[in-house]
Amino acid sequence: MRGALLPSQLRAITSTRSGALTIFIVRRILWMIPILFFVILITFTLMHLAPGSPWDKAGGRQLSDTVINNLNIRYGLNKPVAQQFLLYIWSVVHFDFGLSYQYQNKTVSGLLLESWPYTATIGLLAFLLIIPVGVGLGVLAALRQNTRIDYITMGFATVAASFPNFVIGALMVVVLSVLAYKATGGNFYLPAAGFGIDDSLIMPVVTLALLPIAYTARLTRASTLDTIRQDFVRTAWAKGLPERLVVIRHILKNSLIPVVTTLGPTFAFLVTGSVIVETVFSIPGIGRAFVVAIESRDYPMILGTTVLFSLVIAVANLVVDVAYVFIDPRVRLT
Amino acid sequence: MAVPAATVEQLSQWEVPEQQIGLWSDAAQRFRRNRLAIAGAVLVVLLILIAFGSPLLVQLGIIHDPLKQNVEFIESGPGQNGYLFGSDELGRDTLSRLLFGSRISLAVGIFVQGIILPIGLLIGLTAGYFGGRVDNLLMRFTDVWYAFPDLLFVLVVVSVFGPSLLTIFGAIALVNWVGLARLVRGQVLSIKEKEFIEAARSSGSSPPKLILKHLLPNSLGPIIVTLTFGIPNAIFLEAVLSFLGVGIQPPTPTWGQMVFDGYEAIYANPSSVVFPALAIGFTLLAFSFVGDGLRDALDPRMRR
Repeated sequence: MRGALLPSQLRAITSTRSGALTIFIVRRILWMIPILFFVILITFTLMHLAPGSPWDKAGGRQLSDTVINNLNIRYGLNKPVAQQFLLYIWSVVHFDFGLSYQYQNKTVSGLLLESWPYTATIGLLAFLLIIPVGVGLGVLAALRQNTRIDYITMGFATVAASFPNFVIGALMVVVLSVLAYKATGGNFYLPAAGFGIDDSLIMPVVTLALLPIAYTARLTRASTLDTIRQDFVRTAWAKGLPERLVVIRHILKNSLIPVVTTLGPTFAFLVTGSVIVETVFSIPGIGRAFVVAIESRDYPMILGTTVLFSLVIAVANLVVDVAYVFIDPRVRLT
Repeated sequence: MAVPAATVEQLSQWEVPEQQIGLWSDAAQRFRRNRLAIAGAVLVVLLILIAFGSPLLVQLGIIHDPLKQNVEFIESGPGQNGYLFGSDELGRDTLSRLLFGSRISLAVGIFVQGIILPIGLLIGLTAGYFGGRVDNLLMRFTDVWYAFPDLLFVLVVVSVFGPSLLTIFGAIALVNWVGLARLVRGQVLSIKEKEFIEAARSSGSSPPKLILKHLLPNSLGPIIVTLTFGIPNAIFLEAVLSFLGVGIQPPTPTWGQMVFDGYEAIYANPSSVVFPALAIGFTLLAFSFVGDGLRDALDPRMRR
């Protein structure tokens, strides 16, 4: 990527901060290409290492050779593996993920389009919950360090960070759906399954958000404790600023910087977490579709979902990395 | 260089502790003072005893056989029909399935670390020790590996090669070695520049001796901590696989599978979900307490 520029030109560009920033962003975007390429390569290779052909019916009637031949032609499996791979890469670039094995005449892109609104709704709501709640709890614990508030908050964060989300989801269903239904004679309970813009969203979103909230709270607490001890905060107190101003303008602004770095992993977690949460609460999103595809060995669907998930995570990491440069001017760009 | 007499005098007057406290005994002392870590360690020891002892308990007739079905008493609540923790949809004793489930969880947690350790050490040491081009290549390789969402990778591998114990161990190890490799590399890179390494090198230590005698022992603490935190992570991934129905296959009882099975009849018999769910949660909590305790104990920056 650097070959097109003469070294002297490059030096001229990188000598200014905005020039260095452009180079940094371009480099980061280009770096996504090999990452995604290898993710596809690894998954594709794994799929082709699978023993047997996708048309083997366990226990069912074996298909005739003619039918298998026709199926292979329809799904492009009659070509050499290397050619299949290149064709796949070519179609992925055009957002075409091929045909699904488990449903007749449905494309993987079609299936993904059908299910993404559910995943996106829950993921987005969880994301909106994580920042205020996680940061709020972290700052609160730090400002009231070594008090009961601190201990309770951090105790909650420790438990929430250790318990897997399917365990938390299942336990919430027991308490808020089953026991609540039995205790109130069916008058008050949360629905344990299904999707709607109503109270059926509460448990999935909370389940998904709980672990990132715990991590965010712990990190915010640590970085806030660091900031509180800085000289400029002491100055802010000393010149008699009200607590609200000190906390918001001086402490929060600085202690949030490290928190931004966790947003990338948080996003990755929301994506993979959707696989679990959608299974627990029977939501027909992409995560659920992925599990169904795994169970029925629908390889094009598995491959397509993996590529999509990896792309989302890669883009999220890119955005976080770039945002970080803007937020913290101390970051070096090389 | 001549040492001034006064300094020697002062030196001899310094209080020498009765007993030399080394890194490890110091760490052990610090660990013992950490109440949460001790609680976690006690729970872990208890789990190991349960894992080894549960077949014996069945032989002695203290608990039911975890595979024995009793269709007369399905979905019993806790304490009903002589089942302390209730029974499941096939009339199997939840308590004994719970006790036997610890075997799979512990096996996954520990064996996976056994696979990760050599891979992580080899790649981390190579990258850190040789540096330069080798390092660059290996680190780009780990970057790519890191970009892969770990749960998805494990699911894909298990779906392709079938849910055998070996596949599951291998798949979980394959997604988790990266963290250790990066840690070892970082450790080696920072220790490599220290004076004592220079001293060892200039006194003629061969590279293998340098690695085994100096680089490795000095990064042992963080390696132990990373492996300890790896245990709950591996247990978690296995439990998720079982919960999604693509993990270790029935009739072998695993906690994730028990939550999955119990979930079908959650209204009639919530206890068949609650017990295995709590078992998973508290096991992970125990291991992470031990990990936190070890990290605090082994961090040399916190030494007095």
